[in-house]
Amino acid sequence: MSVAENQVLAGRGSARALAVLSSLGRFLVIAVTTYLGLLAVTFFIGRVIPIDPVLAVLGDRAPTAVVERTRREMGLDLPWIEQFYLYVKAALRGDFGTSVLTTNPVMSDIRRVFPATIELATLGTLMGAIIGVPLGVLAAVKRGSLIDQIARVVGLIGYSVPIFWLGLLGLVLFYAKLQWIAFPARLDVVYEYTFTPITGFYLLDAAIQGQWDVFHDAWRHIVLPAALLGYLSLAYISRMTRSFMLNELAQEYIVAARAKGLSETRIIWGHALRNAAVPMVTVIALSYANLLEGSVLTETVFSWPGIGLYITNSLQNADMNAVLGGTIAIGSVFIAINLLSDLLYRLLDPRTKVG
Amino acid sequence: MSAEIIQSRREWLLSDRPASRLQARLGRAYVAWRRFSANRLALVGMLIIIALLVVAAFADVLAPYSPTIGDLKNARLLPPGAAHWFGTDDLGRDIYSRIVYGARWTLYVVILVAVIAAPIGLLVGTVAGYASGWTDTILMRITDIFLAFPKLVLALAFVAALGPGIENAVLAIAITSWPPYARIARAETLTVRNSDYIKAVQLMGASPFRIVLRHIMPLCISSLIIRVTLDMAGIILTAAGLGFLGLGAQPPLPEWGAMIASGRRFILDQWWVAAAPGAAILIVSLGFNLLGDGLRDALDPRSGDQ
Repeated sequence: MSVAENQVLAGRGSARALAVLSSLGRFLVIAVTTYLGLLAVTFFIGRVIPIDPVLAVLGDRAPTAVVERTRREMGLDLPWIEQFYLYVKAALRGDFGTSVLTTNPVMSDIRRVFPATIELATLGTLMGAIIGVPLGVLAAVKRGSLIDQIARVVGLIGYSVPIFWLGLLGLVLFYAKLQWIAFPARLDVVYEYTFTPITGFYLLDAAIQGQWDVFHDAWRHIVLPAALLGYLSLAYISRMTRSFMLNELAQEYIVAARAKGLSETRIIWGHALRNAAVPMVTVIALSYANLLEGSVLTETVFSWPGIGLYITNSLQNADMNAVLGGTIAIGSVFIAINLLSDLLYRLLDPRTKVG
Repeated sequence: MSAEIIQSRREWLLSDRPASRLQARLGRAYVAWRRFSANRLALVGMLIIIALLVVAAFADVLAPYSPTIGDLKNARLLPPGAAHWFGTDDLGRDIYSRIVYGARWTLYVVILVAVIAAPIGLLVGTVAGYASGWTDTILMRITDIFLAFPKLVLALAFVAALGPGIENAVLAIAITSWPPYARIARAETLTVRNSDYIKAVQLMGASPFRIVLRHIMPLCISSLIIRVTLDMAGIILTAAGLGFLGLGAQPPLPEWGAMIASGRRFILDQWWVAAAPGAAILIVSLGFNLLGDGLRDALDPRSGDQ
């Protein structure tokens, strides 16, 4: 290799580094503006929509002096932009005010309930991916066959069904009629006071401590809500997997692999699926983010003490600090998963141009 | 004889050299219809939506009982039977009649959200695409920010602040559902903004306002319609979810989501109270999904097999 060639290559390397840097910079700008946007919307909802936040706190019978003092204490006499600045500063410290309902700081409430939601959504996504990916692959390989039709119908219904209704019917069938699962809650009352969680993920905690009776009980409580979320995720994952696989199977390297005499199994699961792996990681991540949101309705039906139930309980008691804190919590995780999966896609897939 | 007439009409429709604008338009519509009607599932979807429209229009005729006033004395929580096809609820109201009237509220929500969200998206997208530069960057950044939010949770927070009610639910859903339309409108605008016919109207001195309104927006309509139809199911599900949580339609409105919520208390013994409205939601959402898929395949051949 000549010196000139080396220089060209080195130049290319630094150009690439520059491109990576600029795309990271772009990523940071996007992340920061998106989070600021989220806070701006919750700020708007909390401070601007209620006609007078002071009235909302004190009621309409407070004397004028108290109203004025509270207005100053809440910082409502400041210009909006300054109020927003203080709001963002507080949010960055994790200070979302105090919940009227539980009288705790909203942040500590959220920390307490979030593991339950994470456990539910994780199990749901696992179920969805474990069934959805093979189903999508088979549907693409045997296009137009019975299994493709079944996958299509299963997916369409998943896109069309009200999840809370399916949950109620599931309770009637599996809890009331067949008695396969436990009543809506996280654990039986017996274990509620004897079991000490470590991580907050009950299945994991029970397994670590070797309390298999608790594990079995926790499983009987989580299986139906997780399966429902898993169904939603399956509908999405199998549809996307099918379309990625159809795309890959039409490529020339598949023809080359066939010409080489590779087995069909190896071509499909080894070559095509591996090339579809990066976009599929993105899809599974997005489906996970959607389940966090979908958990709001599911948790309400199954009395699952996660962030969704926390938000809906607070809603019913007009506890706006808790509602907005919960919204920011779900929104933050949702946005983070969105951004990270996008970044991952750009970094992992050599076919996407950097920048 | 009649076969010949049909044949010649088809030739007129499929002509390569249409003599008038009308003929060209009809011809295009005919081709799209042929592609659409070859898809059996899409036809099923269309039938479901037509049935929804008919039921909503003739609710007074189709419903044998009042949707809001029940027979508390004799007809509380009756199982499905000859007098009450889907049974009765805890206030002695006929569930079938309530579902029939509920079709109106479903349509009300869906149409209102589409009428509010689609024009916002269309305006933002076409202006961003045509203006380019900083206007484009800022508008699209705002769009992307909204696109990154969890829709249902944000709608919940909006309704929590605005107060429960079907109008506020519609507003909250509309606020969270315009961003994809802006994206689509911008993409369509970018494909036409440098084309010759736009240059021609620019030379003739048309204002940017007129160009966007008269020459760019019409071209975005068909992809927008497809997307809106595909979103209808999601809108219905979100509205029903809000109703279920008690934030959407308030009693005694026969909205399907709220009906499921009121049936929840009796779910273990009188399952039909909640089962029937949920099935109605499922069928109508399915109809919109099938219709949307069919429209996409028929009107937008680029999207290909998905």
